[in-house]
Amino acid sequence: MAAVGEILAGKDICICAGSGGVGKTTTAAAIATGMAASGLKVCVLTIDPAKRLADSLGLKELGNEASRVDPALFEQQGIEMKGELWAMMLDAKATFDELVARQAPDEESRDRVLGNRIYQQISNALAGSQEYMAMEKLFELHTEGRFDLLVLDTPPTRNALDFLDAPKRLTQFIEGRSLRVFMRPTGLAAKVAGRGASVALSVFKRIVGFDLLADLAEFFNAFSGMVDGFQARAKRVNSLLADPHTCFLVVCGPQGEPVDEAVYFHRKLVEAKLPFGGVIVNKVHYPAEQLRGDGEGLRAALISKLGDDLAERVAENFADYQALAERDALNIERLARELRTQSVIRIPYLDEDVHDLGGLAEINRYLFASSEEREAIAAGRA
Amino acid sequence: MRGYSHRHPLFLPPREIARNHPVTELLDKRLVFVTGKGGVGKTTVAVALGLRAAAEGKRTIVCEVSAQENASRIFEHAEVGFHEVEMAENLWSISIDPDESMREYVLLQLKVRAMRDMLFRSRIFSYLAAATPGLKELVTIGKIWELAQLDRKVKKGRKYDLVIVDAPATGHGIGFLQTPRTFAAIARVGPIHAQAQQLDRLITDQQHTGVAIVALPEEMPVNESAALEHDLRTDVGVAVDRVYMNAVYPERFSTEEAERLDELASGENGALRAAARAAVSEHNRARSQRAQLARLRRRVQAPVKTLPFLFEPELDVEAAQQLARRLG
Repeated sequence: MAAVGEILAGKDICICAGSGGVGKTTTAAAIATGMAASGLKVCVLTIDPAKRLADSLGLKELGNEASRVDPALFEQQGIEMKGELWAMMLDAKATFDELVARQAPDEESRDRVLGNRIYQQISNALAGSQEYMAMEKLFELHTEGRFDLLVLDTPPTRNALDFLDAPKRLTQFIEGRSLRVFMRPTGLAAKVAGRGASVALSVFKRIVGFDLLADLAEFFNAFSGMVDGFQARAKRVNSLLADPHTCFLVVCGPQGEPVDEAVYFHRKLVEAKLPFGGVIVNKVHYPAEQLRGDGEGLRAALISKLGDDLAERVAENFADYQALAERDALNIERLARELRTQSVIRIPYLDEDVHDLGGLAEINRYLFASSEEREAIAAGRA
Repeated sequence: MRGYSHRHPLFLPPREIARNHPVTELLDKRLVFVTGKGGVGKTTVAVALGLRAAAEGKRTIVCEVSAQENASRIFEHAEVGFHEVEMAENLWSISIDPDESMREYVLLQLKVRAMRDMLFRSRIFSYLAAATPGLKELVTIGKIWELAQLDRKVKKGRKYDLVIVDAPATGHGIGFLQTPRTFAAIARVGPIHAQAQQLDRLITDQQHTGVAIVALPEEMPVNESAALEHDLRTDVGVAVDRVYMNAVYPERFSTEEAERLDELASGENGALRAAARAAVSEHNRARSQRAQLARLRRRVQAPVKTLPFLFEPELDVEAAQQLARRLG
């Protein structure tokens, strides 16, 4: 399969998506580094990187501002950096606040929204707001046009799909059109809406308590002047995601569950007509050279070199490892079949956690290699 | 559910619990939450705890709240949905859907049938329910509470000795367990205020409710587990009973042996070299895992128990059984 460099040729945006715990952040950072090394000006937007990785990129804190990774750091690692690597740690809450400030018709309505408890809930914790703000920041940076390529590490959602649903969920909530009418239960609107609605409202009031309802009403009132602006913007964000210059890379692990998730996510991408670029499988146990049927020969050779006791443990470990390699191969075969592609980029399970530029460079040996080169490196022949 | 300040300390800080008690004491509680970062094996550990408790004769139910039905998958069972389904002797499973929980809650609250019907048909009601931050989580916890009652509210409800919750991943913070507290603080009147307080008392009742965190021996999961324990203590008022470090490699080789194998790994013979390389890899991984295990032990207060990495193609019932026997 084409290496990541070919997949991303001519693209403005690369979105790394996948379920939690599959190495999205590391993959996004590695891709950004590799593309920058080839001569582009790249910015990676990340949500919550491991501290050591953040440190190694010189990312000190949540800034919501892109900062350039010091070129000297690459030099120290012996990485030739032809372009520029920039990085940003995304602060979802701050992004939301900025967006409100931008959309608000005046300072008073801005402050009313920012001070509203329901707003504080939504901007902090409503499922989808973090995802939506990641897209929003992406849109903003893309509009500014300062970078050749933006690489987005998506937030740690339970499943990858939450990311795609986020804008819809959030805008639906903010619109609250059907709801706003009923917010003044004693007013004319309630009478027009009929008995059903006012009963529903009064029962709801009884169940959750009145304060909450008052907060909600206040929120929708404060927000009413901004709804159109939000909708228009969400529409533009959505069309940016569907743009042919955008590319979704699905990241997963080699076990059954993450592969299922990747298959499902890919299907949803296709259904939503979003541009799928390829799939990256992390932490793959590569099969060793063809050894099946040669177990006894190996055991004898091990014993002659290492003695009975150690040879036994080495053989046992090897058998365990081969079993995992077989499992991974089967799952990846299934993944390729379901996605109707040969193009699965496999990154081996490295001996050490990746937490610095050296580690990213190690990953990039695979990400940016052709499939033949990749196999050769994994087999230790290159 | 962050964002609300608690000016008045409605709730008391957690007591220090007796540390390092055996797993049987954890399983003697009525309710155990299993939580942790996504992808660390929460479901497997929740099911293993369930199998262990069931084997000890406790009628146990494992609750999923993510609509993903990973537990049914482990048992190779069809999706169970919002039903209590028996998976093994003494072991049931349910997938708690917030909409179904809301429906059940309303049914229990409203005695007048015509009113309920009108409510369920009302788009306004479902919209309001969806728009209220945290309400889904609250009714989900409400259902968990209901399952843990000896006197079940649901007609002909089965009595359980132990309810184990495969809690949501911590991607969005500790929101889930904090929901009742937040709700009690903002909904100052109405039945939900009292009920939310009741749910918070259940969550913070250390005698009857336990919390286990599942971690992996890697940097991020260790960081998040430590942060999670801290937040649970300070924001929810819950002391964590134990942290399970999952998928720990065996230490098969000493450093001296690894050095010998390293030489062999650069040799000529294909098979020998591959076997030696696999051994060296495992030695390196086990070493970096040990470092992470030490970090975890330094950074959390709860006792840390390790669970072995299982060299199994898929984590099925057998695998969960293996873990159940190894639970400390």
